[in-house]
Amino acid sequence: MQGAAGATRAEAETEAAGAPASQPATAPGATPQAVGRDRRAKTIEAREVNLYYGDFHAVQDVSVTIEPNKVTALIGSSGCGKTTFLRSLNRMHELTPGARVEGRITLDGEDIYGKGVDPVQVRRLVGMVFQAPNPFPTMSVYENAAAGLSLNGSRVKKAEKDEIVERSLRGAHLWNEVKDRLDKPGSGLSGGQQQRLCIARAIAVEPEVLLMDEPCSALDPVATLAIEDLIGELKSSYTIAIVTHNMQQAARASDVTAFFNLEQTGKPGRLVEIGPTETIFTSPTEKATEDYVSGRFG
Amino acid sequence: MEAHAGTQSLFAAPAGGSLWRRKLTNRVMTGLIVLAFVIALIPLFSLLYQVVKRGLPGISWEFFTTSSRGVIGGGGAAHAIVGTLVITAVTAAISVPIGILAAIYLNEYGGGRLRRALTFFVDVMTGIPSIVAGLFAYALFALFLGPGIRLGLMGAVALSVLMIPIVIRSSEEVLKIVPNHLREASYALGTPKWRTIVKVVLPTAFAGLLTGVMISVARIVGETAPLLVTTGIVDSINANPFEGRMQNLAVYAYSEYRTPGVMKQASYDRAWAAALTLIAIVMILNLVARLVYRRYRTEIR
Repeated sequence: MQGAAGATRAEAETEAAGAPASQPATAPGATPQAVGRDRRAKTIEAREVNLYYGDFHAVQDVSVTIEPNKVTALIGSSGCGKTTFLRSLNRMHELTPGARVEGRITLDGEDIYGKGVDPVQVRRLVGMVFQAPNPFPTMSVYENAAAGLSLNGSRVKKAEKDEIVERSLRGAHLWNEVKDRLDKPGSGLSGGQQQRLCIARAIAVEPEVLLMDEPCSALDPVATLAIEDLIGELKSSYTIAIVTHNMQQAARASDVTAFFNLEQTGKPGRLVEIGPTETIFTSPTEKATEDYVSGRFG
Repeated sequence: MEAHAGTQSLFAAPAGGSLWRRKLTNRVMTGLIVLAFVIALIPLFSLLYQVVKRGLPGISWEFFTTSSRGVIGGGGAAHAIVGTLVITAVTAAISVPIGILAAIYLNEYGGGRLRRALTFFVDVMTGIPSIVAGLFAYALFALFLGPGIRLGLMGAVALSVLMIPIVIRSSEEVLKIVPNHLREASYALGTPKWRTIVKVVLPTAFAGLLTGVMISVARIVGETAPLLVTTGIVDSINANPFEGRMQNLAVYAYSEYRTPGVMKQASYDRAWAAALTLIAIVMILNLVARLVYRRYRTEIR
């Protein structure tokens, strides 16, 4: 299943020619017989997805595969639907009143918008980190990291919770900085630390996929680099999709890049081209892509 | 840098003295505003002065510990104080859950027509005269329990009619202030909506909600008219809202003034003392509300 998914390409306008598809690495330690939940990173596949806000057609006919153990960057100028599309992948788009999704989005083959599918369950499997760090102000650092558990009412013993919190904070490269101040408020950290706390919070519940909506746009370059390094490490365990305005970041941190564009304001955003990052940035096929990545617009 | 003769500075006011005129207008308006403020404060200070001056003679240990039961010309307001506290507590117990749940519905769930209708009715309720609320409660209980009934609980119901819209209003405002990105962060973790409200929204809004409740309590603690028709006038301590008449400070002040005992001045003193006690209770509640707010306020970025 993973092999087939890795080889599938999006039905974009044209594909980057000649670039080999890299095989996704098997997540370390995952075997079908593993005790507990199988934590193989999963594939998200979107087919002919159209997104609406009421009558406004925001995103048109997007078909793309987000491959496991890779970082897929969604780039494009403002307002072209990248964030809207990202939010449809974990069923957050429908939280806006009047918002509508058409098309098929599957997680490891299962339609996430299927009949009888609980959006809450989808969101537990597909985590999200937002643009501005948003730790819960009433909770301490420890409680924030464990929020995924306590908010879902799972009864976990203190020892196990401690272990999960430490694991997530280590995974987010935050443990050493906060281990002595776990019970201080989460909002007392710096911007970069807060964002890493939000990442820790997201990975504590062990999702399959991690969606990141411009996670570094509110941070300084040092914090940004820390987060990018973190993303590079996380991809060995998760499927990651990241929306970014920053082309250099896409070039640095991603394996696959998808370029979204608007023909005109008022028209829906569309997926113009998708391919390995290196190809998109050095020899893209579409003119619009080339114009964008060389800075002629956007 | 010297200006040459005949060269004007860039920033000089245009000829005609409009700068001077502006400054004068400024000073006059400031003066008028300060004067208006002082005039507005005069009744407040005058009232406080009078209540303190006339109420202090009535304040005594006896005032706080004895009731009027079986006493001619003396007695205290212990029964009234107990009554006020009990009635206020029961009113809060009724109004706070209803008010906060309604505010949660209006802010987190409500949509379309039902929400607009509810908001309209809440607005109407804020304007209900207190005597009407009292008569409503009386009629309601008389319907089931016969005429002439007097209960502490009736008074609480009457005051709830007055308190609920205020709780709804202030709670709604506070819930609106909780930023949406916190709710989104919770949803993104796979949390159902109701849990998000209980574990994220309400704790974040807690300080504001509490302040709103305190303010609404302060509003109803001195209401006299509805209590006059529902809880009646009685001389002994009754702490049971489900049984019999209950005295309270507002009605006590009224009855001591209206029907003074043998020693008129002592009765008048007690009436003023009751008023002073009421003001003191409201002030204490406000102070407690401020302290709690400062202690539990969460900084929302």
